[in-house]
Amino acid sequence: MTVSPEQQRLLYRHLLLTRLLEERMVSLYRQGKMTGGLYRCLGQEATAVGTAFALEEEDLLIPVIRDLGSVLVRGARPADVLRQLLAKADGPSRGRDAFLHFCLPEKGLYSGIAMLGTAVPVLAGMVLADRFLGRRTVGMTYLGEGGTSTGAFHEGINLAGVQKLPLVVVLEHNGYSYSTPSGMQCAAATLADKAAGYGVASAIVDGNDLLAVVEAARAAVAHARAGRGPFLLECKTYRRKGHAEHDGQAYVDAEELAEWSRRDPIALFERQLDASGVMDAAARVAVRAEVDAELDAAVTEAEASPTPVPDPEFRGVRADEEEVVRRRRETFVGGLA
Amino acid sequence: MSGTPAREATLLDAVGIALAEEMERDPRVILMGEDIGVYGGAFKATAGLLDRFGPHRVIDTPVVEEAIVGAAIGASLRGLRPVVEMQFFDFASRAFDMITNFAAKHRYRTGLGVPIVVRGPSGGGVQAGPFHSQSPEGYFARTPGLAVVVPSTAEDARGLLKAAIRDDDPVLFLEHKLLYRRAKGLLPEGDGLVPIGKAAVRRPGRHLTIVTWGAMVPLALEGTDALAREGVEAEVVDLRTLLPMDEETVLESVRKTSKALVLHEESRTLGVGAEVAALLAEKAFEWLDAPVVRLAAPDTPIPFAPALEAAYLPGPATLLAAARKLAAY
Repeated sequence: MTVSPEQQRLLYRHLLLTRLLEERMVSLYRQGKMTGGLYRCLGQEATAVGTAFALEEEDLLIPVIRDLGSVLVRGARPADVLRQLLAKADGPSRGRDAFLHFCLPEKGLYSGIAMLGTAVPVLAGMVLADRFLGRRTVGMTYLGEGGTSTGAFHEGINLAGVQKLPLVVVLEHNGYSYSTPSGMQCAAATLADKAAGYGVASAIVDGNDLLAVVEAARAAVAHARAGRGPFLLECKTYRRKGHAEHDGQAYVDAEELAEWSRRDPIALFERQLDASGVMDAAARVAVRAEVDAELDAAVTEAEASPTPVPDPEFRGVRADEEEVVRRRRETFVGGLA
Repeated sequence: MSGTPAREATLLDAVGIALAEEMERDPRVILMGEDIGVYGGAFKATAGLLDRFGPHRVIDTPVVEEAIVGAAIGASLRGLRPVVEMQFFDFASRAFDMITNFAAKHRYRTGLGVPIVVRGPSGGGVQAGPFHSQSPEGYFARTPGLAVVVPSTAEDARGLLKAAIRDDDPVLFLEHKLLYRRAKGLLPEGDGLVPIGKAAVRRPGRHLTIVTWGAMVPLALEGTDALAREGVEAEVVDLRTLLPMDEETVLESVRKTSKALVLHEESRTLGVGAEVAALLAEKAFEWLDAPVVRLAAPDTPIPFAPALEAAYLPGPATLLAAARKLAAY
């Protein structure tokens, strides 16, 4: 399964869109327009883009915080992502949750929660249901080193293994969990080693080599879709920024950072495109201009969106909340006038 | 199942009947849990369901409480109606994150409801020690997004469990294990649905109100019989649903009797009874003729030995003493 020239051009656009959208986010963050933290994926974009690219339209995906690229591959509009980050009323979570915590079910995109690892059993249940309903859906979710330390991950992969569920867990080995280096997170030599304990398949790929990621992810997805059970795909990559923008990553060795900057996934892919002749520099510049124009419009659209207005009835918690709302209306003191 | 005839059943039978009826009615209902299929559940609540509905709908799982609830959440988001068994409700602590953070907040965050039921045996009185006897309802009953249900009769166990499975949001359904075989009743013909969020007056009375739930309901009713012989008519309100609480039924009763005793099996501090007492202070203050009395387990773990457990749980003697004192106030 090679990646066709047309697919490579599309992949380049996704990769660039991820990088440039994040640059817009940084700009909005520095202008004080963003609400909450900014969790960057600089240097590891190829992992999220390449893995999500291996899915079919009907498949399901739950990202974690550094998987902006996967969200864009699934078809989320940059303007909607920005609305979410600016905590706008018409953002996907209507100002009720942060960053990539939103669902677009029509695009097979579901939301995790901040507690790492929880998406693994939830996505296992989603594909279990789909299998029960006769759909051939594959589920894909992501975890870093920290996430693979959680009980939810281990319980989820164990359950998925026993049930032979079509689940691909992408292990984004990016060097740090907040400030904790990989070696302090787990004593195993690789994250993929964790698969053996549950009798599930695994592979390791250079997470900064986009085409290699796509091919490895396609193999993992094919394994899952064929009914052979879950797959752990470890992508070796690197988080070039701190946990979030407030984190100056003083705990990171400068030489290590410089080395990984030289292994930038976009620069690497551009060299491959040059070598193969699939997309020359002029064509890439044209794509960049197109993406920049799209992002100009997206920022304008998101900034013009309204901020949410508190609901005096505080609705939306349960479908059957009418009596609760009525009691609150009659008795609540100390809230909205 | 409107053709179902009336029949005698224990609370445990009623749980199995409700599950079978809902699985028959709705092919989206699946069961997940530990030892629920081949073995039929630690208390046999799901006995026979594997044979009847097959392994795709009655799923035996590894010992992974967090993943079971997580998978139920996921399955519900794709259109199923999963019912999870906690082998003992004490073990819901292992799934606390999934219940309180993933399931309870999902509709608010995303607009998508999570129609799951987490059910299982709770409560003490069977000498099962600190980890198989807890009444953990209070941990969950203050989490917006959940409903918390504790039936005390067989009819309610069936009717409320069926309502829970049909609910569009997460419901925790705590079955008191002491009542599994002791609570017997006549299940009505038809669906026998009991709405979530409605309390029941089990015994009318005019001198004081006992607000309670679960295995404390039969205790309260026994106490009421003894009090009646002394000329004290106590009203017994069975909350049945702790969240959302049926404030109107509680207030109506206490505004009539002017005295309230909150009886619960969970430990006292910040228990559900504290919410009942606060409700009465806020909305029935002018009607009260005495301070609200809370009779609850002490703030210790629930012990194992029969003598220790008997001293820990509210019993007939402590209830009568408290009720007499309140009646005479």
